[in-house]
Amino acid sequence: MTNTGSTGTEEEDRDAGAADDTLVLGGEKFTSRLIMGTGGAPSLEVLDEALAASGTEITTVAMRRLDPSSRGSVLDVLRARGIKVLPNTAGCYTAGEAVLTARLAREALGTPWVKLEVISDDRTLLPDPIETFDAAERLVADGFVVLPYIGDDPALARRLEQAGCAAVMPLGSPIGSGLGIRNPHNIELIVEAAGVPVILDAGIGTASDAALAMELGCDAVLLASAVTRARRPGLMAAAMKHAVTAGRLARLAGRIPRRRYAEASSPAIAAGAHV
Amino acid sequence: MTKEDRGAPGPRQGSRPGTAMNVTINGNPCRLPEGATVAHAVEVLTSTAAGVAVALNDEVVRRGAWRSTPLGENDRVEVLTAVQGG
Repeated sequence: MTNTGSTGTEEEDRDAGAADDTLVLGGEKFTSRLIMGTGGAPSLEVLDEALAASGTEITTVAMRRLDPSSRGSVLDVLRARGIKVLPNTAGCYTAGEAVLTARLAREALGTPWVKLEVISDDRTLLPDPIETFDAAERLVADGFVVLPYIGDDPALARRLEQAGCAAVMPLGSPIGSGLGIRNPHNIELIVEAAGVPVILDAGIGTASDAALAMELGCDAVLLASAVTRARRPGLMAAAMKHAVTAGRLARLAGRIPRRRYAEASSPAIAAGAHV
Repeated sequence: MTKEDRGAPGPRQGSRPGTAMNVTINGNPCRLPEGATVAHAVEVLTSTAAGVAVALNDEVVRRGAWRSTPLGENDRVEVLTAVQGG
């Protein structure tokens, strides 16, 4: 369908299909709805190949102590591909640690964007809702574009949106677990209530998980391990790119209702016409 | 190093007066000349400031203030950069 360029209703926007289906996040526009992480890649070369195949426009990095012996920088890889750098606060256990890490990232990378990640323990890596909310409020007040990683909790998602976060990033399942989306119903509830983009973050194992996230109405998917730890990262990155696109198109298209019994897809045969 | 040294300015008893002070840079003990700044601490690790940020005792020191921010005895300097993760 051709876009008339008019200020259409939501329904008309959806009818426009994929041609002008941009993601608006933190006031910026993006074509790709696949956000990549960089953890777990065996080398910068493999990471570079995967990022290229994924078509991503935003990719996360962590902040760590500078190691004089390390060679090559993930930043060089991202800059060479024109990919927006999204620093995270991975490894932080308290709001105070996360706020300091975000401020250091802003200083080092020149971006006010931060994926806020405050974990509760190193066995589950599940996000701590109390510390996350505390840090989110402080970072929003400090002018950051805050993208918080949270459990699949609709109430917390709503509170973080009210606190001024630019998106909410509920998990599908624990980081790196590959268990997919354990509570699709809660993801749907978050999507229904959200006025900011919902980014499914963590737990994606394979392409169908990413497609499901988009079919549930998520605005984007963030994943790393599913690609970087795949046997062939570049190939899985391509699979994820297609899965996110397919899931998005299916969401826009509108799935048919589930039925208990069959509904014939061929015209009924006129009475007496057979035999 | 004793607790009593913490935070007190000037040369310490037990070190050569006016010659050096003890700081930690990314968790490692380090001796720097009296009058050393945050910029000197960064230079211990790297010659390029691009993509690097510094916290002095858990407060960010903006890049433009590195050369004008003096270090004191027992200061903790953290020099961070972006790495693969997340």
